Order: sequence, then C-alpha cells, then structure tokens
Amino acid sequence: MTSFSIDPCAKCEEVMQPYLDGTLTDAEIADAQAHLDLCAYCAKRYRFEVELRRFVRQAAVEEIPPQLKQRLAQLRTPLL
Amino acid sequence: MQETYARAFRSWRSFRPGTNLRAWLLRILTNLNIDRGRKIQRTPDSQPLEEGDYFLYNKLEESVGTESPDEERVVERLSQDGVVSALSAVPHNFRDVVVLVDIGDFSYADAAQILDIPIGTVMSRLHRGRRILKTQLADETVGAK
Repeated sequence: MTSFSIDPCAKCEEVMQPYLDGTLTDAEIADAQAHLDLCAYCAKRYRFEVELRRFVRQAAVEEIPPQLKQRLAQLRTPLL
Repeated sequence: MQETYARAFRSWRSFRPGTNLRAWLLRILTNLNIDRGRKIQRTPDSQPLEEGDYFLYNKLEESVGTESPDEERVVERLSQDGVVSALSAVPHNFRDVVVLVDIGDFSYADAAQILDIPIGTVMSRLHRGRRILKTQLADETVGAK
C-alpha cells in the first residue's frame, strides 16, 4: 500500500478499479481525480480501462455475427 | 467450445423482465461452467498476481510499436472473439463474478446474493478475475510471456 504523496502513479494504479467501480470514499476520489488531471501517463491508462470495460461488455453481448450464427445453428444440441 | 461461450455470454440480452431472473442467471452460469474440471486451471487461487493493473495497457502499447499511441488504437489490438475465449479461460469462481458485475451490470451486493457468497469474496474474486482476464487477453493478443 502506498499513497498519493509517496508514489502517486503506483497509488493511482492501485485504486483504478475501485475508482471505476465507484467504491472509493469522496476523499479518495478527489485524490485520484487530482492526480489524473495532472498525470498524462495515468490519464491515458484510465481512458484505456474505460474503453476496455466497454469492449469486454460489447464483445460479450454484441449481436451474433452471421457466420457465428450459422456455425451455432449447425450444433446439434441446443445449449440454452 | 468457443461457440458455447459466445452463445452463453451473448444471451445476456435475451433476458426478459418479469421472468425468474435468478433461475435464468443460474442457467447461464451453469452453461458457463460446463468445462469445470476439464480445463487446466492455469492460475490457481493461491498463486500471487505480480503484475499491476496497468500491465495490459503497457503490453499492448509496446506491441503497437509507436511512441505514445492513442488508447483507442491500443484497445483496437484486442479482438471480440479474443475476449470471449479469454473469459472462458478464467476459472469459473472468478468468471462468475466478472460476468455478473462487469457484463451483467449487477452490484457487488446483487452478485453476492446470486452466488450466495459474502460481499468481500465478491470483491476479492472480482479483483482477481479481472486480473486473470487481462493476463489472458495479453497472452492472446501479444503472445505469452
């Protein structure tokens, strides 16, 4: 465990997921936001994490592409 | 096997309000877990995860080959099929939580109730599950370490 005053980027990395989950305290959120406003390195990784979450969700719920649908139709046993 | 997962994950949107949510969810999770016992669990619960949270970005950025690429370009390195197969490689205990919270959009408390585990366990499995998912994505996208 580190802190924003000792190693801000390491701390930011540590709190990134809870920050995205909205589970930090108001004070922790303020610290993370202040760091993200200043640090391009972490801000870039923050935006990537946001994109990644969106991407994972999309990949999992996206409409089935026609080719995959065809392959699924060829499966004999209904899965669901 | 991949089609099975693709279908199971994509069936989230087929849920109709008013039907039995719990029964429907349990069916999905059961389908997700059909490989239980068959798949080699490459990341056992006790193994420490040494990588930090930024490692997937760092690894992908490295593989893009340009200095400071846009994060959109970095995320484009991932494929949708890769996500499904990476999810299928996450041990089921961890995957269930990732699916419920990150894909199903359930709160920690809801996930705890659905899986009948303490909320602290939801949080620790979510943390670990996301980390394993990232490791899998890194392996699939830029090759194993």
